[in-house]
Amino acid sequence: MSLVDEEEKQRSVLAPEFYRKMLAVRLFEQRAIELYTRGEIRGVIHPYIGEEAVAVGACAVLNNDDYVVSTHRGHGHCIAKGASLDRMMAELLGRSNGYCRGKGGSMHLATFEVGMLGAIGIVAAGIPIAVGAGLSVKLRKTRQVVICFFGDGAVNQGAFHEGLNMAAVWNLPVVFLCENNFYAISTHVSRVSAVTEVARRSCAYDIPGKRVDGNSVWAVYEAVQEAVARARHGHGPSLIEALTYRHEGHYKGDPGHYRPPEELKKWQRKDPIKKLRKELLAKNWLEPKALEELEQEVAQDVQRAVEFARKSPYPAEEELTSDIFGGDHRK
Amino acid sequence: MREISYRDAINEALQEEMKRDERVILLGEDISHYGGPRRVTWGLVESFGEDRVRDTPISENTIIGTGLGAAITGMRPLVEISYIDFALLAMDQIGNQVAKLSYMTGGQTKVPLVIRTQGGAGGGTAAQHSQSLEMLFVHIPGLKVVIPATPYDAKGLIKMAIRDDSPVVFIEHKLLYSTKGMVPEEEYLIPFGKAAIRRSGSDITMVTYSAMLSEVMAAADVLHQKEIEAEVLDLRTLIPLDIDGVLASVKKTGRLLIIHEASLVGGMGAEIAAQVQEQAFDYLDAPVIRLGAVPIPIPYSESLERLVFPNKGKIVTASRALIVA
Repeated sequence: MSLVDEEEKQRSVLAPEFYRKMLAVRLFEQRAIELYTRGEIRGVIHPYIGEEAVAVGACAVLNNDDYVVSTHRGHGHCIAKGASLDRMMAELLGRSNGYCRGKGGSMHLATFEVGMLGAIGIVAAGIPIAVGAGLSVKLRKTRQVVICFFGDGAVNQGAFHEGLNMAAVWNLPVVFLCENNFYAISTHVSRVSAVTEVARRSCAYDIPGKRVDGNSVWAVYEAVQEAVARARHGHGPSLIEALTYRHEGHYKGDPGHYRPPEELKKWQRKDPIKKLRKELLAKNWLEPKALEELEQEVAQDVQRAVEFARKSPYPAEEELTSDIFGGDHRK
Repeated sequence: MREISYRDAINEALQEEMKRDERVILLGEDISHYGGPRRVTWGLVESFGEDRVRDTPISENTIIGTGLGAAITGMRPLVEISYIDFALLAMDQIGNQVAKLSYMTGGQTKVPLVIRTQGGAGGGTAAQHSQSLEMLFVHIPGLKVVIPATPYDAKGLIKMAIRDDSPVVFIEHKLLYSTKGMVPEEEYLIPFGKAAIRRSGSDITMVTYSAMLSEVMAAADVLHQKEIEAEVLDLRTLIPLDIDGVLASVKKTGRLLIIHEASLVGGMGAEIAAQVQEQAFDYLDAPVIRLGAVPIPIPYSESLERLVFPNKGKIVTASRALIVA
């Protein structure tokens, strides 16, 4: 079998699961937006719709005990890392059996049971934390790997420079994965970054840097595979820049009028989920009927999550002051 | 018991805790072979190696964040910020991340992290290296704030901080490092939230902490000669605060003076005064008085710097005014 054939065979095995995960992110978020609009979800949510291939392609490389550090746009990273939709949706609805017992919400989802150390709501603030997780792995000699997700807006924070430098100088097992969706809220990357190709910044830290098509789950998967292998074998950090696009505004409710409509249309034509679905059928990796069943299953999973969340109790008053100091307020 | 310095007391505690638990690691600027800017970590790298006594780049925000990331993945890091003034560079990690992670994840993780730093005026270190910024941390829920005045307390409290499962900001004072005091050779821990009664008295309660303790004790001596007996409480930890200890003393003396080196405005004195009037108003025979720094950047020249802080004379004057009131 040729290398190309072997790669195709491997992809045919992976593709249905990738598709299932990406679709789960999409449908979960569509329901979340609906619940937000109806007032069942409070505060603010930052949809990941359009960027699903990055989270799913990247997390597919990881083991359960590997770590992920995420951002305010973190639903996709949680689902891709294997979190339960039920407990995620319960968290979004502010219920006590949500992952964070209703204390974090969308912007601070953390699912430690699958190594997801937190959606950090301050831009770039997850980077130092990921570096620390990497240091811990190195000292404990456990051969785990950390993927740190952040957006193009984060790369002009001091934490980006400090964190990448520290990870490089200490040779830590961290993959820095920039989801470049071109806009920091409303501001196009070209207006605020002297070097718009984020991957090129890797040369400042003498680490590998690679720009990939973030709407191709295969391109992300392969680049992350290489970077993770490198990290796991003790060869240090890498920087990957995945070019992608959010179909929604910065947050639900942001009209997004700062983006030319034709730009959005162009990216919608490159929708990573539609692309993978087409490939699944064209290459006969999944029979149409099986694909339909898979899609129904995912829709049911999301529906069940909504029902689970709605049935779940709100946190009781005594939970107000628990967990401040590892569970004991006055200790 | 033997007499050792504040610096050596902390050094000894770090030696003991690092030997006891290999998850304890140190991170900070110039802490390994250089021994730290105050020589507190001197010799530790020889015992524990550069992996566990790790020099960092000058990147305060990421030093704290790295400590946090390690703390939530199985380590018990102790990070050093050379001057408390530099903690302002790290306030995102301290205030938004370290203080919040346990709570906002619903207790999915604990944060066993100690942030060691030092503050206070050091005789001419001027505006950017002399501040007393403890209240910044007191005001952010999720942090414990420990601020020892003696070698004995420094050792017992830092050991407690390392074993605590929550984030602790441990604030040393640059003028205390060479001061000496009795420290037992056998192991001991000091629990948080318990003030030390440094002197018993029935006429006036003086509440203080950190390096200001020596001025307060000197003032209490002066007052004693004038037959005014002061009870001196050294808080030792600001969070948790031993308000019960303060109240018990105030109920005995009826008069309260709070003294600290930090700026008077929004200082610990204001907080304690408020709590005491809420809980023991009827016991007060006079209004509560606070002494703190004049709210200005710390000036360089000695002729100006000495006007900024409370001292023995100001404490005696304030105490006599309280007694007369």
